[in-house]
Amino acid sequence: MSGPTKMSPATALVVLASGALFGFGLSLSTMVQPEVVLGFLRFQDWGLMLVMGGAVVVTLLAYKLLPRLLRRPLLGDAFHQHPSQWNRDTLQGAALFGIGWGLCGVCPGPAIAGLGTGNWDLLWALGGIVLGALAQGLRAGRG
Amino acid sequence: MDVSTLFPFGWQHYLLGGLAIGAGVALLFLFTGLIGGMSSVFSSTWSYLVRNPYFQQARYTGSRGWRLVYAAGLVVGALVWWLGFSDGTPLHTEVPTWALVVGGFLVGYGSRLGNGCTSGHGICGLGSLQWPSLLAVLTFMATAFITANLVSFWGLA
Repeated sequence: MSGPTKMSPATALVVLASGALFGFGLSLSTMVQPEVVLGFLRFQDWGLMLVMGGAVVVTLLAYKLLPRLLRRPLLGDAFHQHPSQWNRDTLQGAALFGIGWGLCGVCPGPAIAGLGTGNWDLLWALGGIVLGALAQGLRAGRG
Repeated sequence: MDVSTLFPFGWQHYLLGGLAIGAGVALLFLFTGLIGGMSSVFSSTWSYLVRNPYFQQARYTGSRGWRLVYAAGLVVGALVWWLGFSDGTPLHTEVPTWALVVGGFLVGYGSRLGNGCTSGHGICGLGSLQWPSLLAVLTFMATAFITANLVSFWGLA
């Protein structure tokens, strides 16, 4: 699931545009505001379910239909798959992720996208995520 | 129970925003075939700087270019929303700094250990009907609900 090492300008532009749609959606749905996410986690507002539901339905349609309609992606070599597996790392990682998410209301997408809304407070969370990812990789790389 | 109880701030922007997020993931897949989860960018970007074998895996060194561009797109899209669709006031958060840093660290560590976050397992994993991702989503939702409510119950943040 690595993808192109060298990107053509057209590919780079499409990747940028895809990210931009994603970031626009995160902002429009107010998921870039930790207070809204924490409000969901405290059962005050069910909006996050609609965000997640809307995104999953569109993604599901794309992932199921496009590989049947096209032999390969328009600019790529093959349709990839999300390599998810259930093991102790996934369980522990997901549990830790949830504790952190419940503490700060920020997950990776909004930590990055939030910078586009002038929310510099989120740099604290982004810094934490960057260091957490470093610590995880260093620990995994030891053994 | 009426709609305003479930959605005190309205519901349309949630649904539209969710559809836009899905459209971004779908567009990436249509043109490149790539799976657009977000948390991998943190490991793949470290591969530029850290020689540790974990970061030098092909799945990170081979994807670090497009993942950074994808992340840059995230900021661009949010900027378009901020400049064109909001009142232009910079957003800020009342969540205390210690909670952002400590919570962020656990989010970074946990999402990489578990190989996915709200977008990787939540959107892309559920979107490809993978049951390990469903279990991961149920796990992090459970610990997030518990943590958020304990923190508010104890008046910590």
